[in-house]
Amino acid sequence: MPRFKTPRKLSGMPAVKGFRPYGPELDKHAEAIVLHYEEYEAFKMCDYDNLNHLAAAKLMKVSRPTFTRIYASARNKIAQSLAEGRPLEIEGGEVYLESSWLQCLLCGSYFNQPDPDALAEDCPLCGHHQIQQIEQLDFTNLQNSSL
Amino acid sequence: MKVAIASKGNTLDHHIDVQFGHCAFFVIFDNDSNELQIRSNPFKDTTDQAGIRAVKWLAAEGVKSLIAGDFGPKIQPLLDQMRMQLIVIRKPETSIQQLINLLKQKHHAKA
Repeated sequence: MPRFKTPRKLSGMPAVKGFRPYGPELDKHAEAIVLHYEEYEAFKMCDYDNLNHLAAAKLMKVSRPTFTRIYASARNKIAQSLAEGRPLEIEGGEVYLESSWLQCLLCGSYFNQPDPDALAEDCPLCGHHQIQQIEQLDFTNLQNSSL
Repeated sequence: MKVAIASKGNTLDHHIDVQFGHCAFFVIFDNDSNELQIRSNPFKDTTDQAGIRAVKWLAAEGVKSLIAGDFGPKIQPLLDQMRMQLIVIRKPETSIQQLINLLKQKHHAKA
């Protein structure tokens, strides 16, 4: 069984779903190039936010070499789209948006809110409404303290 | 909604397991039909990525929410990607029955 791909963390979703070329020489049936979300994010971090690969890799929670591969693939695809006049679609990829963590004040359980668009209202376990937002849970520390 | 609870044993009187990926049994409880299944964890003795494999296996069973005493560091990105909820109970002496009672209560209060 191959190793699982490390999911890439996104800071947000792109503003648009893709780009289409225009002009008289336009080939209407040109096949779209699919730019993955992580490739868009890598391209944006390097060339718009002007981060170096190491800093961007840390933000995306992947290794520096992996980030460089994602970035190279992004540049390839964007250049191909421009040179060949093909539409660009931004979709797919092994990505996630980090969820927020909350604690229930009644039962003391910690839980995350997996849907970034929805607001957490009650505890998923006891249904109590008094919940508070907390910092990210640090799993490694927890494991050490329980041993 | 299906909820999976990491358990130390195959009865409801057993305590919640502090390890998610390497727990002994998963208790899968369906809130809507009140159906309860106890499945032994096929990844109990897997040396690495047991948590990741367990999450994928449970997701295929239709589970949307997971409960355990603690989780490994590789789990959170995967859960966010799959839009699953994680509930961490920091009280190792909590029994499975207590948790199921809480879930049932909540479901009745909503209905």
